[in-house]
Amino acid sequence: MIQLEQVTKTYPKASRPSLDNVSVAIEKGEFVFFIGPSGSGKSTIIKMLLHEVAPSKGRIVVNSKDVTSMRSWKRPAFRRSIGCVFQDFRLLPNRTAYENVAFALEVIGKTKAVARRVVPEVLELVGLGGKEHRYPQELSGGEQQRVAVARAFVNRPLILLADEPTGNLDPDTSIEIMRLLDRINRTGTTVVMVTHDSNIVNQMRRRVIEIESGRIVRDQARGVYG
Amino acid sequence: MRLKYVLSEVLVGLWRNVTMTIAMIITMAVSLTMLGASGLIYVKVAEMKELYFENIEVSIFLEREATEEQKTVIQAQLDADPLIESVTYVNKEEAYEAFKEMFRDSPDLVSAVGPEALPESYRLKLVNPQEYQVVGEQYAGIEGVDQVIDKSAVLDKIFNLFSAGQKIALVVAIAMAVAALLLVANTIQVAAYSKRREVAVMKLVGASNWFIQAPFVLEAVVAGLIGSLLGLGALAGLKVFLFDGALRALQGLLAPVSWGEVLLAFPLMAAVGGLISAITAWVTLRFYLRV
Repeated sequence: MIQLEQVTKTYPKASRPSLDNVSVAIEKGEFVFFIGPSGSGKSTIIKMLLHEVAPSKGRIVVNSKDVTSMRSWKRPAFRRSIGCVFQDFRLLPNRTAYENVAFALEVIGKTKAVARRVVPEVLELVGLGGKEHRYPQELSGGEQQRVAVARAFVNRPLILLADEPTGNLDPDTSIEIMRLLDRINRTGTTVVMVTHDSNIVNQMRRRVIEIESGRIVRDQARGVYG
Repeated sequence: MRLKYVLSEVLVGLWRNVTMTIAMIITMAVSLTMLGASGLIYVKVAEMKELYFENIEVSIFLEREATEEQKTVIQAQLDADPLIESVTYVNKEEAYEAFKEMFRDSPDLVSAVGPEALPESYRLKLVNPQEYQVVGEQYAGIEGVDQVIDKSAVLDKIFNLFSAGQKIALVVAIAMAVAALLLVANTIQVAAYSKRREVAVMKLVGASNWFIQAPFVLEAVVAGLIGSLLGLGALAGLKVFLFDGALRALQGLLAPVSWGEVLLAFPLMAAVGGLISAITAWVTLRFYLRV
């Protein structure tokens, strides 16, 4: 599903590469944690999987598409097969929960009728049934992140990328979000999550890939934070 | 649905930043008015040149004491010249009649001059009026010829004046176009900034590039088109108040400007206004949104 083959990324003016000859293979339906200290290169991996940053060397294949040689005009279509969740939620403040999710559908050309059918369903799935018409500032952090997860999942992507999705949440809310991601993972969606949260990694017992100074120092099935 | 979305975004975008939108439209309108005026002057000058030079006459004035032999020689040479279509001989009496007619408002002058004082002349119609200079040089040196006169020198001065006016209008048009262009770029940046969250989400979920850019580009194009409409209004005003009004006295001299010609300037103005706006917006977005 996701392959990094000897990927190196050197940012201009940086003294050392932010990723150094990294090779990883992630199978369809896996749940993978990328852990490591700040600046270790975890976020660079997410950016590369989204075709936002190109590797300096090596090859990246996502959904059996070679991202390394992908032209930028193909990026929009490619992005539709990947859902994304971030630490800061990235919701539109002047739209309700329903409208935030529907917006993601409408801007890729789905009709309002499709949105009316699909959006309540996915909001129900993330546990926001009954709160469709609340604005983000009327929702708690955990609820806002659920909206973000609903938006990422509404297109039924093959891959869900989560960049520190619990970074702004308290431990109990974090665990609820993790349950949600776990449920999504069980539908067959590959989940890749970057995190600092040792608690969560230890509880989930999923594959853990630890990165330090741009290198993989540990790749462990059913691992802990360490 | 998507069309409706794009159109409502355009309206919201124009309204969000309404002072900037107005500034953009006014500069655009002034630039396009100047462009349209320059185009009209250009067309008119070409038309008038044709009109005037078509009717240009070369006159050969004889010395007062030119002999009959000299006249015969000149007449023969004129008749044989392939560049000349027809020759009219004007004797002293006829010249005097014309003189009286021309200065009928100053009888003192007319009474002071008798037919004897006026030179005989030949009025030449040329096969090709553009060749007046060649003909002029050919006859200037012949014995008995006093001087060869054509009206081209005066006409050239008038047309140079028009051409200068046209060039000034064009320079103003370009200067204003640059200002309009910068305003468009600025407006689009502000618009893109105020919608940065939406744009980020759109990029994230894979909205196509055209869909992200279309509202911004159309916003600029709509402003450009409104500017060209105002420009058309300004041109119409120029025609009514300046050309048909203040310059009415010169109407015999100037070729008339018809409504059809004013309207014909509109497609040019609309195309230039729309295109400049669209390209500027698009280039700005490429730098600013990196889509």
